[in-house]
Amino acid sequence: MDYLFTEEQKMIRDLCRQIAREKIAPIAAEYDRSEKFPHEAIKIIADSDLFAIFVPVEYGGTGGGVLDLSIATEELSRACGGIAVCYAASALGTFPIVLFGNDQQKRKYLPDLAKGKTIAAFGITEPEAGSDASAIKTTALKKGDHYILNGTKHFITNGGEAGIYTIIAKSDRSKGARGASAFIVEKGTPGFTFGKKEDKLGIRASITSELIFTDCKIPQENLIAKEGMGFVVTMKTFDMSRPGVAAQALGIAQGALDVAVKYARERRQFGKSIASFQGIQWMLADMATKIEASRALIYSCAKMIDSGNTNVAKESAMAKLFASDTAMQVSTDAVQILGGYGYMRDYPAEKYMRDAKITQIYEGTNQIQRNIIALQLIREAAK
Amino acid sequence: MNIIVCIKQVPETTEVRINPETNTLMREGVKSIINPFDMYAIEEGVRLKEKFGGKVTVLTMGPPQAEAALKEAISLGADEAVLLSDRAFAGSDTWATSYTLAAGVRKLKEYDLIICGKQASDGDTAQVGPGIATHLDIPQVTYVKKIEEVKDKTIKVERMTEEGYEIIESSLPLLITVVKEINTPRVPSLRGLMRSKQAKITVLGVKDLDVETANLGLCGSPTQVAKIFTPPARPEGEKIKGTAEEIVVKLAEILKREK
Amino acid sequence: MPIQIIVEKCTGCTLCLKTCPFDAIRMMDKKGLPTGRQAVINFDKCTLCGACVPACKFKAILLQKEVCPVKVDFNDYKGVWVFAEQKKGKVQPIAFELLGKARELAADLGTDVSAVLLGDRLEEEIQELIWRGADKVYAVEKFELANYQDEPYTNVIVELINKYKPEAFLCGATSIGRSLISRIAIKIKAGLTADCTELAVDKEKKILLQTRPAFGGNIMATIVCPNYRPQMATVRHKVFPEAISDMKRKGKVIRENFDGAILNSRTRLLDIIDEIESTVNIADADIIVAGGRGMKSPENFKLLEELAKALGGAVGASRAAVDSGWMPYSHQVGQTGKTVCPKVYIACGISGQIQHLVGMQSSRTIIAINSDPYAPIFKVANYGIVGDILEIVPLLTKKLKEGTR
Repeated sequence: MDYLFTEEQKMIRDLCRQIAREKIAPIAAEYDRSEKFPHEAIKIIADSDLFAIFVPVEYGGTGGGVLDLSIATEELSRACGGIAVCYAASALGTFPIVLFGNDQQKRKYLPDLAKGKTIAAFGITEPEAGSDASAIKTTALKKGDHYILNGTKHFITNGGEAGIYTIIAKSDRSKGARGASAFIVEKGTPGFTFGKKEDKLGIRASITSELIFTDCKIPQENLIAKEGMGFVVTMKTFDMSRPGVAAQALGIAQGALDVAVKYARERRQFGKSIASFQGIQWMLADMATKIEASRALIYSCAKMIDSGNTNVAKESAMAKLFASDTAMQVSTDAVQILGGYGYMRDYPAEKYMRDAKITQIYEGTNQIQRNIIALQLIREAAK
Repeated sequence: MNIIVCIKQVPETTEVRINPETNTLMREGVKSIINPFDMYAIEEGVRLKEKFGGKVTVLTMGPPQAEAALKEAISLGADEAVLLSDRAFAGSDTWATSYTLAAGVRKLKEYDLIICGKQASDGDTAQVGPGIATHLDIPQVTYVKKIEEVKDKTIKVERMTEEGYEIIESSLPLLITVVKEINTPRVPSLRGLMRSKQAKITVLGVKDLDVETANLGLCGSPTQVAKIFTPPARPEGEKIKGTAEEIVVKLAEILKREK
Repeated sequence: MPIQIIVEKCTGCTLCLKTCPFDAIRMMDKKGLPTGRQAVINFDKCTLCGACVPACKFKAILLQKEVCPVKVDFNDYKGVWVFAEQKKGKVQPIAFELLGKARELAADLGTDVSAVLLGDRLEEEIQELIWRGADKVYAVEKFELANYQDEPYTNVIVELINKYKPEAFLCGATSIGRSLISRIAIKIKAGLTADCTELAVDKEKKILLQTRPAFGGNIMATIVCPNYRPQMATVRHKVFPEAISDMKRKGKVIRENFDGAILNSRTRLLDIIDEIESTVNIADADIIVAGGRGMKSPENFKLLEELAKALGGAVGASRAAVDSGWMPYSHQVGQTGKTVCPKVYIACGISGQIQHLVGMQSSRTIIAINSDPYAPIFKVANYGIVGDILEIVPLLTKKLKEGTR
């Protein structure tokens, strides 16, 4: 389908496709096994200016929008969902600064992030605050011209590898959700350490770790927006980043379909290629149709955001929900089409299935996405 | 350091299909790419520029559509591009090609180093690099796998041989041909791609070059194709079947006989 | 354009269309012809390669080489020369391979064979060249020529060619030979054909017929250089058998001396480093056991190493295996690796992409083991086994070891 990309978007697509094919696909299985951070791939992505696409031109970026980022994430995910999430998570960590940072913060942090000299991470989740983000316990209490952070964040993508962290913490414990604020914390700040590194089912080329703050003193100029704006920053960030997670799921689904189609054409049983069996054909047709539907939803939603529409909670939740459910179904079907080989680690199908699962869980589980959609529906009807 | 990289546009052979009836190549729809060996030449040129300053100019001879190869080189970091294109160049063999490219190099005047890939994947002759050097009367080092150092108009390189390598020092200007061991070519950058879209390619024809027409194209080429034929297909091989043990017994017999 | 289709002769048979490597010929409807069509050349695509000219049975395609000014009298050019490449004072086997072929060509041309040897103190080697078939040896012995360097070697040989005027000049397609002969051919303006797989003589015209794979290897092209001398060609190692040494043979040694600027070089050889690893020169091996993606892991290449050891051969690899980091590049066989021509080539888990095939298909016997019965490697294999490599290879190694005990 033709989504009427601009010249620049076509360039991003072709470039990411090339990087995925030539530089990521050959190493994907190795990083999946070793669960090491993919420094070489990240350097290639950085040298190709891909970290610049979500940063405004005046701060060293190329000023691309959510659609540009979605295209890049989709293409990279086609080769490896893990490496792609290292990239997308940096965008997630950067968005709060792009959206709410003041000029000084932007000038200080964005140029290096655009060059990929360092990457970013976003920290909100805590052991006891997953879907219920308002339950976070990490505190940031003001003391003179500083804030003192205490608490633990966990399941943080790029934790330990990122140089810049945007952290959501309670600056006023008495105010519930309205007591949360967003802060920029640099790696190396005294009192900021890294804890457990998770051993994951999928996206194993990415690092997921614990961030530990022990009387971590950060200057007050690192407060993003104003005190109490923490959840607004978070929600607006997620509205922007959800199409990115959806695009990751889309890329995984497309990658799994590519493998399934190739295998179906090559594999011969009962004297002919299995692609000639209607049972396989129908599976492939359903997979492809769901993928294209996801793509249409994601791109429309991304275009909506890029056109300046801020009321996108429902649409971006739909895109994330539909694309991630599709990724899970399609990658499971891809394993089925590859049969016994699909179950084996020597073949690429099972990795897509493992990588797909997380997309139904993180950045708001699909149950939470349904809540968001339903809430919006009911609100719209009440108007 | 001013560097000229000579490249060639070739068909992407990994996508070449064979017509089963005629057993010939099917060129239709085959993509044109930069000769894979030239990618290492471009990368090395760009790396030298990044280290020592200066500029990288890519040069090619070919039909107008070879401009695409030059634009790709710009997206990879080359600064300028020159295309030698003229009907009069058609039919050039390696002699006439290197003659024409050398004339193109002369037009560019200032240069310290010319870099070529070790050979082109469609012809595999490895003659054009040394040919350009000879026409320009500059030294050459072929099969370079590493540039060890560059200082004050001298360069030290490692040249790959069948047994290992040689360390060679040379004055500049010099022409080197490079092998794939020398580097890992980068993928383009987004800004490079944007730059290449807008890049102006200088196109030079016979009139723009200081050449004798008798040395160009078909007439300037000493070699001629006398005959083209499809190699006789090997007769159908023998299939060895049976249990692993039976197969191994037969294989051992064959190996004993053929050794 | 210097190429044209003679409308009266074209029958629309499409033979030229099938031979054109550049997809530059189309058929156009034309009433009145038996086939109702006629060939038309697309000049935007045509490179004037001339492949279509000999393909046309009706002589309907004209490539006007004849408009080019031509020298016709080459009577003073005589003899077939072979460049006798030496390293560290030893003449390389490629020279003996070329001498064997040169003798055949000289016989058909009614002339003699000479070897050209440059180096320092090479008395024994001169003798060996005569035993291997040289009627004359042109020897230039200078300290400055001890090791190969492009410029002095080129200058000296150009002088020799200008003085003695050979009609043909053969050289190995080695890292030295390819660098040297390219420079010589430019200086004297001679035609040069790289990597010939067959050399013969057109007995009528007394010219050299040089055959090589063209356009990726599926088509063979025979190249001629009727209007230039000497006719120069390179040949890859192992394409022709070595000439047998005959100690009864006699020959003439012509020593030439050069001094001064002719021996100058702007490049300076500082050191020669031989690497242990690349001494496993697969191009020299009589038996090659090669593995591809089907070996599944680098560990499994140990099985191939053991088999190669049992056979006294070397291990090769496909590009896929090398790109996966399972084997170093020095072991790569194929278009971007080495061309090999062993007595036996055992392809294990190699599917047989065209790029691989062009590097090994002239092996005398090819044995292919692959789990996929449709792998293209079976098309070139003399013996094909559809089966599990990981089972067959160790068993075979065991069997061979038993056999030698």
